[in-house]
Amino acid sequence: MHVTIFEFFLWSLLKVAVVTVVMLLGVAYTVLLERKLVGRIQNRWGPSRVGPFGLLQPLVDGAKSFLKEDIIPTGVYRPLYLLAPILALGCALMSIAVVPFGEPNVGPGGVHLFEIADLNIGLLIILGVTSVGVYGIALAGWSSNNKYSLLGSLRSSAQLISYELALGLSLVGVVLQTGSLNLRVIVEKQAEKGIVTWNICGMQFVAFFIYLMAAYAETNRSPFDLPEAESELTGGYHTEYSSMKFAMFFMAEYANMITVGCVATLLFFGGWTSPLGDLIDPPQNIFVHALFPIFWFVLKVFCFLFLYVWVRGTLPRFRYDQLMNFGWRILMPLAILNILATSLWVAYH
Amino acid sequence: MHLILFVVFAGFCLAGAINLLLQSHPINSALSLIVVMTSLAVLYLLLGAEFLAIAQVIVYAGAIMVLFTFVVMLLNAGREERTLGSRSARNVGFPAAVAILAIIATIILKAQGLGTAQLSDGLTDVKGGTNIEVLSTVLFTRLLLPFEVTSVLILIAILGAVALARHGAGEPSASEPKVDNQ
Amino acid sequence: MNAFSREVPLAWYLLLSAALFTLGIAGFLFKRNLITVFMSIELMLNGVNLSFVTFAQQWHAVKGQIFVFFVMVVAAAEAAVGLAIIIAVFRARATLAVDRIDLMKL
Repeated sequence: MHVTIFEFFLWSLLKVAVVTVVMLLGVAYTVLLERKLVGRIQNRWGPSRVGPFGLLQPLVDGAKSFLKEDIIPTGVYRPLYLLAPILALGCALMSIAVVPFGEPNVGPGGVHLFEIADLNIGLLIILGVTSVGVYGIALAGWSSNNKYSLLGSLRSSAQLISYELALGLSLVGVVLQTGSLNLRVIVEKQAEKGIVTWNICGMQFVAFFIYLMAAYAETNRSPFDLPEAESELTGGYHTEYSSMKFAMFFMAEYANMITVGCVATLLFFGGWTSPLGDLIDPPQNIFVHALFPIFWFVLKVFCFLFLYVWVRGTLPRFRYDQLMNFGWRILMPLAILNILATSLWVAYH
Repeated sequence: MHLILFVVFAGFCLAGAINLLLQSHPINSALSLIVVMTSLAVLYLLLGAEFLAIAQVIVYAGAIMVLFTFVVMLLNAGREERTLGSRSARNVGFPAAVAILAIIATIILKAQGLGTAQLSDGLTDVKGGTNIEVLSTVLFTRLLLPFEVTSVLILIAILGAVALARHGAGEPSASEPKVDNQ
Repeated sequence: MNAFSREVPLAWYLLLSAALFTLGIAGFLFKRNLITVFMSIELMLNGVNLSFVTFAQQWHAVKGQIFVFFVMVVAAAEAAVGLAIIIAVFRARATLAVDRIDLMKL
């Protein structure tokens, strides 16, 4: 029994609204997670005054961003200056649309309740949105009429387009093993026996680490965060932005982190499937049965965010030429070798 | 649904293309072209070409236009000027372009046997399966040689671009003072 | 038939493709900036791509889409080399105005 197009449209609208709200809340609390975790790594508390354990800190930060004075310097090229943060945040929030975070086929008619768009090219959509996200940074730096912004944005854009290659190539191995670009199909193929059949334990170990490093560079996070290094570039491409526009760039960075975590769990860690596989019986209650996979998914994404912040607190940052060297001369050949090895493995099995 | 989506995104395409002509600063033209390319990607999706739609976004809008944008930013290209050449080109070229469009449109409208397109139409050719499966089956079996030749083409393009855009390409290297060690 | 299931005649796609191609030709002839002229060439290529995909849909043949794939690859290579040439020309002439880059020798 399939729903009509109109009902499908309404269900999609509902899903988009819920996922956007959850994503924005996730972004806000990822900021809190980072501040508290980096604080603990550095042997201090982090935000702990506002609310219990500092849990109301993101709300207060948001209010502060809204109320700050919005300064627009005189020499900026206005249309692009205002467009750039919109582009950055829009692209960051868009790639969550193809991510399945729960059991498929749970929903009325032909509607997947836990996935907004079930596309045959889901993985490529995420790569495409990443490619378009470069514009947010490039246009922000150029329109700011500021040498430091321009240099920061050029460096950052060059870093992004260099590591896009390694990112895409590292995912080809997973696609070769699965035979589809559909994210739901990739997860379903890993669901056979729990943790043993997850892609990270089956041949894609090296690809996972290549993906992780390329993703850290794509999201401009430590140790690849030279474009934002305050000591070098006075803030890089978001030097001239204040209050809400700066907050949009900030949110875009954390939304990208969450997306990277989601993609890594889907492709390498079995998505919403539990690591125990068939060992325990699924719960009888229909609501708990539907919500348990979401719990596993959120847990795995949280582990990736934890890893992100842990790496940020621990490693020093790369110099720019070391960064480009690493991307072009180490990661990309490694990713190509991984494709070669995976295709030989798939061909002879 | 198909009609509404087609009208909206074809409108974006035409608006972007006309804006490309009307703007005087190249960066605005570049952004209009990006709008055209992403709208074309949606139109490819409506015609059942999923892989081409996303390839259009990744390759054209996400790489080629980034190149254009970088070149506009780095060369600091300013606004265009109106010269005698531009005015005469407009007076002669505008009727010529309209004439070309009229000829092509007449041929298209007189053609018979053109069908219609629906949202549920996919692509059913070789053995069925998704659009990517069909495309890649043909590309990697019957058309493997052209595929490999295009990879050599891209390699040549990379080498050519690096050689042309390098500092010192075409400039005499005698600009450095020759130090005589005596 | 409600508004949500109307069909679109393929002739409209072809007309859009012709319009994009003609606008590309117009830009190629009118515009006085070298980069914008190059962008009009890319617009022409996109117009042609759209007509290829339309015909692939009509005849349910995948060859049309494969041709578009190759056109995209060639356009990417051409854009890279063309922009490198534009940069080299800019270094030699210090201008991007088409009217002033009209002599082979400086």
